[in-house]
Amino acid sequence: MSLDLEASDLRAARVSRPPDGPVRRYLVANRAAVGTFAVFVVMIGVFMIASPRVFLSWPIYNSVLVTLPVALCLVTPLVFIVTVGEIDLSFPATMGFAAWIFALIVQAGYSPLLAIVGAVVTGMILGLGVGALVVVANLSSLIATLGMNFMLRGFIMIVTQGKSIALLSLMDSPTAAALSGQFAGVPVQIFWAIGFVAFAVLLFNRHRFGARVKAVGDNPDSAGQMGINVNRTRIATYVFMGVGAALAGIFTTMVNFTWWPTTGDGYLLPAIASVFVGGTPTWGGVGTIVGGAVGALIVSFIQSGVVAAGLSGFYVQFFNGLIIILALLGHRWNQKRFR
Amino acid sequence: MSERLIELKDVAKSYGRVFAVGGVNLHVDRGEVVGLLGDNGAGKSTLIKMLAGAIQPTSGQILVRGVAQPNWNAARSRAAGIETVFQDRALCVQQTITRNIFLGRELTNWFGLLDPGRERREAERLMREIGFTSKVFSPDSIVGQLSGGERQGVALARAIYNRADLIVMDEPTTALSLTETEKVFRFVRAAREGGRSVLFIGHNIHHVFDIAERFVVMDRGRVALQATKAEVGSAERLIAYMEKLAHPQGLPLDGATHGASA
Repeated sequence: MSLDLEASDLRAARVSRPPDGPVRRYLVANRAAVGTFAVFVVMIGVFMIASPRVFLSWPIYNSVLVTLPVALCLVTPLVFIVTVGEIDLSFPATMGFAAWIFALIVQAGYSPLLAIVGAVVTGMILGLGVGALVVVANLSSLIATLGMNFMLRGFIMIVTQGKSIALLSLMDSPTAAALSGQFAGVPVQIFWAIGFVAFAVLLFNRHRFGARVKAVGDNPDSAGQMGINVNRTRIATYVFMGVGAALAGIFTTMVNFTWWPTTGDGYLLPAIASVFVGGTPTWGGVGTIVGGAVGALIVSFIQSGVVAAGLSGFYVQFFNGLIIILALLGHRWNQKRFR
Repeated sequence: MSERLIELKDVAKSYGRVFAVGGVNLHVDRGEVVGLLGDNGAGKSTLIKMLAGAIQPTSGQILVRGVAQPNWNAARSRAAGIETVFQDRALCVQQTITRNIFLGRELTNWFGLLDPGRERREAERLMREIGFTSKVFSPDSIVGQLSGGERQGVALARAIYNRADLIVMDEPTTALSLTETEKVFRFVRAAREGGRSVLFIGHNIHHVFDIAERFVVMDRGRVALQATKAEVGSAERLIAYMEKLAHPQGLPLDGATHGASA
């Protein structure tokens, strides 16, 4: 009996009680995001030393702030999907499809606000469809969403015959100016995107939905036994992804005053890379929205930064890969794995 | 006459043509501890999963306080006052103790926003009640860091939070040390003194005999025996009965009710 007590006391002593101070508790709870931010600071530092002329002036930051909102709208909901234990490769097509509906409504002469609602609802319906396909039919999300990406994009191409839609009426629309104009020299859409990220952080960390997403990704059997509707939670993450993809499509279309049938192509791999660079692990149950947002920042900066630093575009892919690998190694060291 | 809390009527579960549980009648009254025994594959785990709503019966009825329950599922089971401590403990090991205690039953303010302060306080209170020393753990500790007995403590804390009427425990002492087993026993006694019922499933017949006052023995998906402690007499007679069940050459117990009827 006493032997047994000693054994359990020894074991208990090795477990460290989480720190009590609010600052330390915050840092430990958000170590993935803090680590990602450190990577970002180091990267910007290297860029500034390599090319002070470019990185100490505003235009490079302005160009990143134009592309970043689109990435943020995609990366944030993707963190939910990866945390719930699934993946989505269909969001580029959803983005193109929702933006198509936006363009069609604007082209028909209706208010851009109505077009936004139409696009977001389209994104939600497509997300619901993709989610239901994966969850109810019990398909591998990797393959099923890849198939959906091809199918939706193919559908867009067949119907439009590859033709783009120009939306010149957006140029003097006050709605467009409020959503994607310039404010004090800063692209306005970054504020909307930050608002979206803040909403997602609240949903992920402070809302019942986020808690259930983590529980389902952690152990779907346990979550189900405790009365959580596992399927509904999984499908809901895809619906949220549809909303994010629609917003991303709307921003892209508004900035260019044109919808292309290829809208969304090219965002697939950078968005997925951003999630993992941000410190969300692949196995589900844990994740970080802020980390994912900083990851998107890093990926956006590599693309414009490498070229701006005077290296040829050929270097972009190499540095992209280097940063991804270094970030993953960093997170491996920084985070403990409990499964 | 004590209140009939839970009653199963002809509850059966089949997978294709294979019966895991075939036509079981079982009841638990308020404030009693019932021991559920049986060999591996007797259908104990299937039975309690049906009680917990994790799986649906193929046929039969589940009555809570005399009322038949349609569309039975895990959320309804918990809402009806049944808490289950599963054999695998049903924990999410990457989440905190607090998150596991409030799994599927988060404490929220408006719009479903969590109330972390209240959850933390309640978690701390429950951990003290279970006998956790909060010197080593805080409610923010990750469950993956805890030992088997400590994880069992989290599962027990979750089960008592709601003042559940019936606590179902599936092999709660398996793989636990002596002191940890004693903690589980203390928990069961405290629950009964608090007027709650416990359905205690176990492999260790001595453990079950010590803690329960009525016994249900299952064999190949059916109830083979229902008997009170007085009728059984001693753990040795129970063991002898179960050995006879495994090698059927007649039943050694007289006075006990045989078959599926209660």
